[in-house]
Amino acid sequence: MEFLYGLFIAPFADFAFMQRALFGSLMLSLGACPVGVFLMLRRMSLSGDAMAHAILPGAAAGFLLYGLEILPMTVGGLIAGIIVALGAGAVSRFTIQREDASMAAFYLISLAVGVLMVSIRGSSVDLMHVLFGTVLALNNEALILIGGIVVVTLVSLAIFWRALVAECLDPLFLRSVSCMGSPVHFIFLGLVVLNLVGGFQALGTLLSVGLMMLPAAAARFWTVRVEPMCVLAVLIGFASCIAGLLLSYHASLPSGPAIILSAGVVYFCSILFGSRGALRARIVHHRHRTA
Amino acid sequence: MTNACLTFRDLTLGYNSHPAIHHLNGIVRKGSLTAVVGANGSGKSTLMKGIVGVLKPMEGTVVRAPGVRTAYLPQQSELDRSFPARVVDLVSLGLWPKRGMLGRYTKEDRESVSKALMAVGLGGFEARPLDTLSGGQLQRTLFARVLLQDADLILLDEPFNAVDAKTVGDLIQLIKRWQGEERTIMVVVHDLDLVRQNFPETLLLARQPVAWGDTRETLQPENLLKARRFHEAWEENAPWCEPSEHDHSHDRGHDHDHHAHTHDLHHDHGSGPRVA
Repeated sequence: MEFLYGLFIAPFADFAFMQRALFGSLMLSLGACPVGVFLMLRRMSLSGDAMAHAILPGAAAGFLLYGLEILPMTVGGLIAGIIVALGAGAVSRFTIQREDASMAAFYLISLAVGVLMVSIRGSSVDLMHVLFGTVLALNNEALILIGGIVVVTLVSLAIFWRALVAECLDPLFLRSVSCMGSPVHFIFLGLVVLNLVGGFQALGTLLSVGLMMLPAAAARFWTVRVEPMCVLAVLIGFASCIAGLLLSYHASLPSGPAIILSAGVVYFCSILFGSRGALRARIVHHRHRTA
Repeated sequence: MTNACLTFRDLTLGYNSHPAIHHLNGIVRKGSLTAVVGANGSGKSTLMKGIVGVLKPMEGTVVRAPGVRTAYLPQQSELDRSFPARVVDLVSLGLWPKRGMLGRYTKEDRESVSKALMAVGLGGFEARPLDTLSGGQLQRTLFARVLLQDADLILLDEPFNAVDAKTVGDLIQLIKRWQGEERTIMVVVHDLDLVRQNFPETLLLARQPVAWGDTRETLQPENLLKARRFHEAWEENAPWCEPSEHDHSHDRGHDHDHHAHTHDLHHDHGSGPRVA
């Protein structure tokens, strides 16, 4: 018992920074994982990654002007992300170009601007925080910000759920009965940006997509309905955060990658053993019913 | 004009400044059942899109009678069949006009979903995942959704594709039931025998309406011949259609035998059952 306590409970019970990290990352999972499920179902999994890169110049601008302060960097990232999301979304909605191409174009431009701005300031160790995050150093401001983002995300998802499902399932139908199609798409992109910005404090701009996509991708192998898929993704997110933080504590590993790698392990297990995974499809289907 | 459900005024619809529907005039009566026929590329689907409002007119207008609710079954659905949803989830979307984005589905709603599925012969399919349906079953599922939409104007674009003969019969009965309920229905169909047997009125399209009215008159051999001569391809250098001198510029824009169409049309409009 002592051993188990020391392994699982003590790190969180004894250290305030571990409690904050746990609290912050669990909140992040609550908002980001359902968003990730919809990103995946809309075949926009890589768009999340592109968006994460697109946030960089905004965060860098905040950093250049105000130093390593959470609020300016967050607001900067939010603005940059929204410009790219709206721009890419608008190009795909109103021209013949598909979203993957327009998103790639916009995020690459944005990334170049970001790198340019970073290089003006010269290399900085602090900037490693932006790129790789510091979940172990979440302050109150950051926790409040993440909390706000989670509330906004969950409330928006609850309100627009039906429209979002309709827009994924049958966009042409939604357009024929309602004018919600385009607004809901942009609201959704806004949620993606919001959650990535919330995540980059804790996990860095590059890895914050991981907490969004990996649990969603893993959950896909277990269920055939959206609602359970979202719940499962959140649970996988929770488990990854706890496992990642413990791993990081006991093995002195950086916490962000540890969390994402934990989610990666769940993903690989799901591929193999999921009820819709690879092994099951190969092995179990020898028997069939008469009708 | 009191009983018009749809009014087309000089309606031109198309893509990249090339018309697919050219200067269409006329009305669709409330409670009428019209088949829309024509060759590939003659503008049938384009007309449907124009009526729903998915495609904006290049010129002219489609006026829907006030308060008319529309249901539309597209030819090429943008449905994502890999989306993790069940039959009941897809059909329930048909409740949108009634419940909107936020309204809760009631017990009666769920019952009406079951009834709609029963009506298309898919009773008990509620919990089936979409990706396990056959093409024809999916088409019937979409029919059930249209049924649930409880619309006054129903537009079906080639609804009988990939549907077996028995089911076509069932769906035709469903359409006739709708007509009995004073709904206005327009159906794009290719099977002319089916049209002759079941549709009282027909619109024969070849970019412009070749004939429009009573099915037997519309589907006369000479009209069908005219429609068959229709030139499908765009002419990249077709002259611009000037609004001031319609009839004249049509002729310059297209094959010469279109001249005859234009005139016939005026006749149809003057004497056909269409003009109220």
